[in-house]
Amino acid sequence: MKEDEYTDIDFSDITTSSHLSRREFLKSLGGGIIVFFTVGDSSLLEAQRRRREYPEDFNAYLRIGQDGRVACFTGKIEMGQGVITSLAQMLADEIDVALESVDMVMGDTSVCPWDRGTFGSLTTRFFGPPLRAAAAEARAVLKELAAEYLQIPSGRLITKDGVIFDKNRREKQVTYAQLAKGKIIERHAKEKPALKTVSEFNIIGKPALRRDALEKVTGKAKYAGDIRLPGMLYARILRPPAHGAKLKNIDTSAVEKMEGVRLVRDGDLIAVLHKNPDEAEDALAKIKAQFDVPEAQVDDENIFEHLLNNAPRGKVADRGGDIASGEKLADAAVEETYLNSYVAHAPIEPHTALAKIEGNKATVWASTQTPFPLKDQITEVLGFASENVRVITGFVGGGFGGKSRSLQAVEAVRLAKLTGKPVQVAWSRAEEFFYDTFRPAAVVKIKSGITNSGKIIFWDYGVYFAGERGSQLFYDVPHHLTATFGARRGASPDPHPFSTGPWRAPANNTNTFARESQIDIMASKADMDPLEFRLRNLKDERMLRVLKAAGGKFGWAPSKAPSGRGFGIACGIDSGSYVAIMAEVEVDKKKGHVQVKRVVCAQDMGLVINPEGAKLQVEGCVTMGLGYALTEEVHFKGGRILDLNFNTYELPRFSWVPKIETVLIKAEDSPAQGGGEPPIICMGGVIANAIYDAVGVRLFQLPMTPERVKEAVASRARSAVLTT
Amino acid sequence: MRENVSFKLNDKSISLTVDSERMLLWVLRSDLGLTGTKYGCGEGLCGACTVLVDKRAVRSCRIAVRDVKAKEVLTIEGLAKNGKLHPIQEAFVKADALQCGFCTPGMILDAYSLLSENPQPTLAEIIQNMDYNLCRCGAHTRIIQAIQSAANEMKGVEQR
Repeated sequence: MKEDEYTDIDFSDITTSSHLSRREFLKSLGGGIIVFFTVGDSSLLEAQRRRREYPEDFNAYLRIGQDGRVACFTGKIEMGQGVITSLAQMLADEIDVALESVDMVMGDTSVCPWDRGTFGSLTTRFFGPPLRAAAAEARAVLKELAAEYLQIPSGRLITKDGVIFDKNRREKQVTYAQLAKGKIIERHAKEKPALKTVSEFNIIGKPALRRDALEKVTGKAKYAGDIRLPGMLYARILRPPAHGAKLKNIDTSAVEKMEGVRLVRDGDLIAVLHKNPDEAEDALAKIKAQFDVPEAQVDDENIFEHLLNNAPRGKVADRGGDIASGEKLADAAVEETYLNSYVAHAPIEPHTALAKIEGNKATVWASTQTPFPLKDQITEVLGFASENVRVITGFVGGGFGGKSRSLQAVEAVRLAKLTGKPVQVAWSRAEEFFYDTFRPAAVVKIKSGITNSGKIIFWDYGVYFAGERGSQLFYDVPHHLTATFGARRGASPDPHPFSTGPWRAPANNTNTFARESQIDIMASKADMDPLEFRLRNLKDERMLRVLKAAGGKFGWAPSKAPSGRGFGIACGIDSGSYVAIMAEVEVDKKKGHVQVKRVVCAQDMGLVINPEGAKLQVEGCVTMGLGYALTEEVHFKGGRILDLNFNTYELPRFSWVPKIETVLIKAEDSPAQGGGEPPIICMGGVIANAIYDAVGVRLFQLPMTPERVKEAVASRARSAVLTT
Repeated sequence: MRENVSFKLNDKSISLTVDSERMLLWVLRSDLGLTGTKYGCGEGLCGACTVLVDKRAVRSCRIAVRDVKAKEVLTIEGLAKNGKLHPIQEAFVKADALQCGFCTPGMILDAYSLLSENPQPTLAEIIQNMDYNLCRCGAHTRIIQAIQSAANEMKGVEQR
């Protein structure tokens, strides 16, 4: 089942958890706490999961141990984005325990509440509120239980660090652990208690260091590939040289004689397995296979033309006024086309999974962003009962959207079933590049116009194959139209020669690069400073605020571009957060090399749960964004992927990284918004604009490689000669 | 060729009978269960598999196990002593110098190698030394800060 189909399924016909619990699982103990099952019996959670929504019962989110530690259960996973810390902060604050006493249990489908997956900067925005509500309710119920236990009116009780005491007599107290005894709490609050307000926070909003750092600096952190089981085998799978290639003939005789090697052939799946991964790799190299490779129709040069030729009819995403009237009112117009290439996710941990099948039960450890959808997929592949399939997600070594799809786990499951042994499938770096769901190549066409007073009067925007996210115009323009041609996914026929998928802030990197470049071009046309031009054309208070904050921190002094200073601006909205970035670059005109020297990012993300974690994400976005802006592009010929390792596919390095300064806007009274993606959307645009400011050349294609920068500089010199 | 290979691993002598042409990375990870050393690219391009051989950073995906015979190999698991973190590990924790953590063992061991050779590196020297270690999450600025503060912390203290 595809992930997007998955999200559309309605499971609401399943009875509610509370109904099931009362009928089937009730078992009464004393003290007002009723226990109906202990840790390990997951049938109730299973029923909740079938509904595909966050459970009502607060017990699904947390458990208070006999030692007073509080386990927090979440279907979200930790891949570097830091929710292992921020979710613990939310729980600890609402239930009133020390942050240190929270243990995170993440992405385990047998013990965690159902979750669609970790993507889209959804964790804080959409899992945060139910988690906080669960913790607040648990605290309220514990207080009621304490009132009965201590024979003190609830109103006199205070909670602090997992202890409930009488505010008049501190020694009259009981701990959460004494009340809960490690069991599920059956009592629920009659009315859902209110969440804490800003003034009541003790832990939310305070900077906290990463809670997984100790495990990660000592090598103890377990990723999917680090799980070892007795008798396990490592698989290497025969791969085609190109997407769309068909196996013509195969000779496995050399492998069949090798000691300790198992050969498996099941339809399209041909694999060798060994108790050591490198020896499985050696065996794979001994298979002789020939493939029919279809003739290449598209490559990284002609792909844009191909996309435009194959674009379906447009869909209006946003409109206002009337473009034709706007065009009549314009004193000057600009029409440009922007391109961006396919980009790889390239997490340092390739896709990895270990599958164990015993009888009719399967357990799979997988590096995945979507453990629950993966569980469904595995259930379908094996034909097992859903409750007999468990996906466990350890630490994930980077995802960025690429681990939303987890084919490697399906391969591991199939091989475990065929061999009767636990099987690990860990993709090589080449496989990781080959099977990646790339950020789609895309085209944006914009025609826009201004009046002599520097107001944008019309905006006609079309985006091809990137997707809608970030395409809606937030500038104040009377006549505007935004159309999307070709969805990111599901286009028929699919114009891409391989899989594409969500890449950190999907579509928004493409849209923001195009929009912010166009805005700067118009600012130049209007003879205005790019910041001044933006401020004049904005009414959105939040956007004005981040732009001014960035300008203040950066020390932006107005000047028309190109000023020679190499300063750039870009701004945008993603995942509910507002971002403005300013950058300073140095351009080597001879070599075409661009060095980003300084970046200031101002972000309004509403309530900030963990300011330190938020800054870390800003820095991560800025740094990762240097790649798609400057070097990252997948080269290919038809279905053949030409970049298969980091020697040709260049990720940002230490020597590229600018000084990064972050301003988090104080907006704690508005709801918490996304933090893992927003700043990255500005990186293409801000660097393009800074390059123009430095040397007066405009780049219309991402990445802005040294070759493209050199070419742009040379072509400007040529046209200067022609016009003089 | 299968042969007996002896070396020091995390301060303990070990002896293995293995195909000695196999890469150290896989022997560490599968035969010895030391999974802190990571595979990232298999071609020495990313640094995730970095270990120390006689205190110098080496890409374990590119060095055969026979080439560490009679040498001292230190992996990330052997860096903390008696439950006490090495100052570089401590500095990474304090500076939040990691995100997904997959490149972290390699980063720490490369930093260790740098600081044992050059205890007070300049910023440019740190960047130059670390430039072939890839981090996809973008923890770079924090990693540099962590190495700088570890260098200060270790000033005057004899390194192990």
